[in-house]
Amino acid sequence: MTVTYIVRVENRPAVLTRVTEVFRRRAVNIESLTVGHTQCPGVSRMTIVVDTDEAAARRMEAHLYKLVNVLHVDTVTEQPSVFRDLAMIKVGADHETRAQVMQLVEVFRARVIDVSPASLVVEITGTEDKIDGFVDVLRPYGILEMARTGRLAMRRGVEVAGGVVAANGAAALDGAAA
Amino acid sequence: MELTGAQIIWESLAREGVDVVFGYPGGAILPAYDAMLDYPIRHVLVRHEQGAVHMADGYARASNRVGVAIATSGPGATNLVTGIATAMLDSSPVVCITGQVHSRLIGSDAFQEIDITGITLPITKHNYLVNRAEDIAQVLREAFYIARSGRPGPVLVDITKDAQQQRCPFVWPADPKLPGYRPTHTPQAEQLADAAAWINQAERPVILAGHGVIHSGATDVVRALAERAQIPVAMTLLGIGGVPASHPLNLGMMGMHGEAWVNTAIQEADLLVALGMRFDDRVTGNTGSYAPRARKIHVEIDPSEIGKNVKVDLPLVGDVREVVAGILPAVVPAARPAWLQFIHDLKGDAAVRSVVNLPDSGHLYAAHVMQDLWHETEGRTIVVSDVGQHQMWEAQYYRHEEPRSLITSGGLGTMGFALPAAIGAKLAQPDAEVWVVVGDGGFQMTMAELATVVQEQLKINIAIIDNGYLGMVRQLQEFFYQRRYAATPLVNPDFCQLAAAYGLHAIRVDRRADVRPAVRQARALAVSAVIDFRVEQEDSVYPMVPAGADLHDMIRRPSPIAETGADQ
Repeated sequence: MTVTYIVRVENRPAVLTRVTEVFRRRAVNIESLTVGHTQCPGVSRMTIVVDTDEAAARRMEAHLYKLVNVLHVDTVTEQPSVFRDLAMIKVGADHETRAQVMQLVEVFRARVIDVSPASLVVEITGTEDKIDGFVDVLRPYGILEMARTGRLAMRRGVEVAGGVVAANGAAALDGAAA
Repeated sequence: MELTGAQIIWESLAREGVDVVFGYPGGAILPAYDAMLDYPIRHVLVRHEQGAVHMADGYARASNRVGVAIATSGPGATNLVTGIATAMLDSSPVVCITGQVHSRLIGSDAFQEIDITGITLPITKHNYLVNRAEDIAQVLREAFYIARSGRPGPVLVDITKDAQQQRCPFVWPADPKLPGYRPTHTPQAEQLADAAAWINQAERPVILAGHGVIHSGATDVVRALAERAQIPVAMTLLGIGGVPASHPLNLGMMGMHGEAWVNTAIQEADLLVALGMRFDDRVTGNTGSYAPRARKIHVEIDPSEIGKNVKVDLPLVGDVREVVAGILPAVVPAARPAWLQFIHDLKGDAAVRSVVNLPDSGHLYAAHVMQDLWHETEGRTIVVSDVGQHQMWEAQYYRHEEPRSLITSGGLGTMGFALPAAIGAKLAQPDAEVWVVVGDGGFQMTMAELATVVQEQLKINIAIIDNGYLGMVRQLQEFFYQRRYAATPLVNPDFCQLAAAYGLHAIRVDRRADVRPAVRQARALAVSAVIDFRVEQEDSVYPMVPAGADLHDMIRRPSPIAETGADQ
């Protein structure tokens, strides 16, 4: 099964290695992993997608929690959540095919962010399924290059990954910085 | 106060209450060694860095204080690895400080540069690379806190040479800054009430006492629980000493080489109360058939252990002492005569098979040595055992009365652990009598530390259980590989001459009648003694649950002993 973790970590050297080590030593492949800043200074947020079974998923969550630099772990696989992936796709498009590609861009609510005589760079945001569908229809025009962020996840509603714990963690971090 | 990074290391260690460190100098750690001379901390010069960590580990296990090992960069650091892994698998609080090359040279494959934080990442509880003097105090404060809190474990701090040389103001931090580290947990009141209710309802309960009982100092509350509810107690290898061996409810060691009555009791139980143990595969055998009729209560400080190996019905995450103390008031006194009689009958059947209960056949068995050592020392010494057959015989026949009186490598099973760990234990408990029990194979892995015993003028007695084989592997070959003894026979040096070369007293024993006089002689000497016990060569440890087999499916002791391979 596909499991999605949201992991809030201290933004320090080697934290990424410590987190990925939890999966590596169990020979679990990471399908996607995104890291970026949060609204709290010094706190980064990772969204990690792995393919594993339920028991192993629980064990790995517990092991992520054990890491000293990990502030909070949220397994959102079963939670009402929104998932988004962002892709930049460079597709072959000359004066004959450009209009057709632009039409597909329109249908998928993507955006053209670069135009050259023989190619377009298109940006699309959506679920992985939607992007996969877009890639399928672009393929006949020749995909020259593609970059995807991998899944970003957030719980629906007022629920916050980490909740009170994250707020305390952030407060402690702020205190540490001061 | 402005100090060098090297001085800050020692200031920090002093503030953490460190009185002794175990180490080996080298280029990248030299600034720290130079500064050491100005501080009142004892340094024990080891003969191999692996020995330094085992000593720090033995020190920690004997005293419940954090042990400290120091090494230089590169090979000094990599030689620590086995010792760190040993401490990790047995949750031992150890801080390792390694020198690292100048920060400018990191990543350049400089002389004696190695990525030791990368190497030790999976075998430490946490580790640090420090390249600024002003970070050293904070990092060491955190390292000691992490090592000893929650489920203890090893922490490595790698400090660059320039960080040791820089000067900066020294400020001892008030607190560790670890917002993501939550070592303590407390179960809810309803969970504690449930646990007490389950204990009250049970007809055939067994307590499984692990290392956590010793870590948390829970002997008195575990004993109180066992006595009030008349629950027999089985121990893991590392739980030995957690409840006195002479206590009538103490069953002894469980698992692969546990006595038949212990494992049968577990398999027949209707409730297991697991305290600070992790259902290791050496304890459970086949988990599919493990204690099939028992509800399982698991008291454990590390949440990641819950449900890891065995499905648990009631997890109580917290410190064993606090949790058991929380359960105790609601536990109703009980008698359970039928259950205790059932176990008692099993015991009687097993005891007649034991070699120590048979007439002297002229053969010297390791079990004799262990039993006689126990009788002579009245079960009151610290025994540091190595890994293999002798370790199991020690666990079966030396009856430990006190927590922290058996020190052994359980999880990793590190041969060569015993001698250096005993040095650490002796330095932690200078007034205690310390015995090393070690096989002829394991002894030769770290026997260079005999020189450390001499240089530090320590009194340690070393019992070599010498059967001329890598005995446990030989036993596996006998049972499962048609006695094809690939690479297990040993050609040994003369251990007595070897001991004499180090200036130690040496005794050779090959008859049972000589065991107790030799032990008495060794204890009476001021100098450390080595006793070479030439025991039966092809003796095996019984009972034995083959790896992965059902816990009740054990190979029993042959009876009479004429059935053993040695007599055929």
